[in-house]
Amino acid sequence: MLKGILVLDCTGRPGWLAGRLLADLSAEVTKIENPDAEIHTSDWRAYNVNKRLTRLDLGSSAGQRELDRLAASADMLLATFTPGTREAVLFQHGRLSAINPRLIVVAITPFGLTGPKADWIASDLELMAASGAMSLAGEPGGTPLRVSAPQSHGWAGAQAAIGALAALAARSRTGRGQCVDVSAQAATLVALAHAPTFVDVDGTTPTRAGAFMTGRSVEGARFRVFWPCRDGFVNFILYGGVAGRRTNTQLAGWMRECGAPLGALAQIDFAEWDPTLATQGQVDALEAPIAAFFSSITKRQFLEETHRREMLGYPVSTVADIAGDPQLSARGFWQDVAAANGEVERHCGCFAIVDGERPPLVSRNDAQVEAPRAAQVT
Amino acid sequence: MSASPQALAGIGVVEFGSYAAGPHIGKMLANFGATVIHVESFARPDGFRMQYPPYKDRKPGINGGGCFAYFNDSKLGITLDLKNREGRALARRLCRWGDIVIENMRPGVIDRLGLGFDTLKADHPGLIMLSTCNMGQTGPRADTPGFGSQLTALAGICGLTGERGGPPTVLYGPYIDFIASTLGAVAVLAALEQRRRTGTGAYIDISQYEAGLLFLAGPLLEYHLTGRIAERVGNDDPDAAPHGAYRCESDGWIALSCWSDEEFAALAAAIGRPEWSRDARFNTLAGRKGAAAAIDERICAWTRERGAAAAAAILQRAGVHAHPVNTMADLFTDPQLIARRHWRRRRHPVIGDHAYCGPAFQLSETPGEVSAAAPLLGADNDKVFRQCLGLSEPEYAAMREAGAFG
Repeated sequence: MLKGILVLDCTGRPGWLAGRLLADLSAEVTKIENPDAEIHTSDWRAYNVNKRLTRLDLGSSAGQRELDRLAASADMLLATFTPGTREAVLFQHGRLSAINPRLIVVAITPFGLTGPKADWIASDLELMAASGAMSLAGEPGGTPLRVSAPQSHGWAGAQAAIGALAALAARSRTGRGQCVDVSAQAATLVALAHAPTFVDVDGTTPTRAGAFMTGRSVEGARFRVFWPCRDGFVNFILYGGVAGRRTNTQLAGWMRECGAPLGALAQIDFAEWDPTLATQGQVDALEAPIAAFFSSITKRQFLEETHRREMLGYPVSTVADIAGDPQLSARGFWQDVAAANGEVERHCGCFAIVDGERPPLVSRNDAQVEAPRAAQVT
Repeated sequence: MSASPQALAGIGVVEFGSYAAGPHIGKMLANFGATVIHVESFARPDGFRMQYPPYKDRKPGINGGGCFAYFNDSKLGITLDLKNREGRALARRLCRWGDIVIENMRPGVIDRLGLGFDTLKADHPGLIMLSTCNMGQTGPRADTPGFGSQLTALAGICGLTGERGGPPTVLYGPYIDFIASTLGAVAVLAALEQRRRTGTGAYIDISQYEAGLLFLAGPLLEYHLTGRIAERVGNDDPDAAPHGAYRCESDGWIALSCWSDEEFAALAAAIGRPEWSRDARFNTLAGRKGAAAAIDERICAWTRERGAAAAAAILQRAGVHAHPVNTMADLFTDPQLIARRHWRRRRHPVIGDHAYCGPAFQLSETPGEVSAAAPLLGADNDKVFRQCLGLSEPEYAAMREAGAFG
């Protein structure tokens, strides 16, 4: 969909996803890296596949001249930097627009180009803290947690791609590019759902609840979310409402078929049961036989049976479980791409299917030569 | 509103969406000037209106929900009964008016309502339509119903959150829905560019599951290449030490990290242990990881005597990565978010003055804006059906009589 759009990607880790998303939708993305930059990590390869690599020493005047030459004919330039540094001057919109007034300059910084923390430094950890995400993850009263794989980079990169394309829409009318000033802090705030609005609308401050769900019962009962199973954990919640009723009834039926003891579940009429009125004692009594049953099944059994019975709930996957999920292979999600060293790498494919087809990834990492189109794995 | 036309001015969006995954896309487009029409019915209002707190005065009410408001500012709200023949006919006319249609029903439902892409495209060859659901429109589990909060577990993200050896951890709300909505906005904007150049529309199928996996693309590739299975490791990072959250005074917390020996020396000096930078136990990454307990104890002793904001300011001045762990309440007093006008207060007819989330990026020439509070149910029927669709008074009355507006 973005065929012919030329993108110069001068980002570090926090911005890589932006260029990858644009490349996946057929933009021609050139990844600029310093001559000594490490490009063999899994993260680098995963987020820079589908881009063309060019090595440039942006610390040298020759490198800067080459950057300016490339910027003169590009549609977009993506960059990550700390405001106030020498690099920031290089990527200044005013400087670049004098070279190419149509250029859209996307600046991805931890806190944005303006404001009292514009020159603060932050890695994923500090961004997950600054956005509020860490305050919502972890045990109640315990250490706030980030996700063990960086997430703020994804949030920032994705918002940067939206900004770049919104600016492209504006350019189609005005003929001029502009500066897209992305704050990674603000981008990561999107991850919080509507949690902030509690403060504003009813004066409460949502916080972390570990492996449980709270705030649903007026009696203060907490409901288990993660349950040990034979080979890991599953995510299951005793919900109310129409969906919960079906799920709970189906679970009791499944347990009965397996000969599992039903305990308190045998007496309950889920058509009448209301979790908002449940006490902790009632919840514990219902959850005990479920815990025993789940401990006897595998994640894959849980996935297949919940699907078959149209129940709510999913296993807690590892990357290995995800790699073997038939749903993903049926949709051609995995794409095999030839790497520069000749090896085949299996990547996450484009995030969207467009007009019935997943736009294929293209191997471009071997310098300037475009490799054959990637085979779709089925 | 800004004086210059906004980036997406003139773009019409019709949302047959509810909860988060569909409507959040429309909100982002509306904040840059698209005219977004959120379609509900009186019989089936958006589930976010009544099923999720917070509510004005803590009383559930169809127009007093903060959750619905948060994802639907800057839009027009209308009602149409899609089970009614006239209602469906009007929905189809509305799609002819729009440039983009967004829906997040279960696969197949929108087709059964006579509003599938092939039908709509026959009326409007340049139409862009996006469908978003748990698993995508195809595949053996396409029909799976599901909540984003649980899908986040299937996509591996909950399993990668928590202490080493402990259970997985809940991420707040339908975390993965927002990954999918953000990527969905990228896709529809790319489709707009295609249409500008070629006149051709597009049908975009977003699987929220697949979108979420893009945020774990590195660990997934690592598994495919080496068989290594990523695990939850608390707040650790292989390339930094220290790297974690530390308690401050008044129940506050600070997150801080050191990514080089020099940065650790700066931290050591700032917390009153300058000699540490010359200590062989601490002047390599491996050494600091091995001596984590001793380092953490000293950092804690220093942070506990300070507020998180003061401690972060000292460390930043010293050149150390640091930031307070903001609570939800802190987000409204964070000087950076205030300076960048992240929160935009608007007057809602029922909730009153309250804060909406501004865009995550600023456009220098065509800035984003929260142009209005979220609509009441059906608040814009008159405007949309008369002005956008041009229904005459008798037509409008006849449609009402026929039950088209639910």
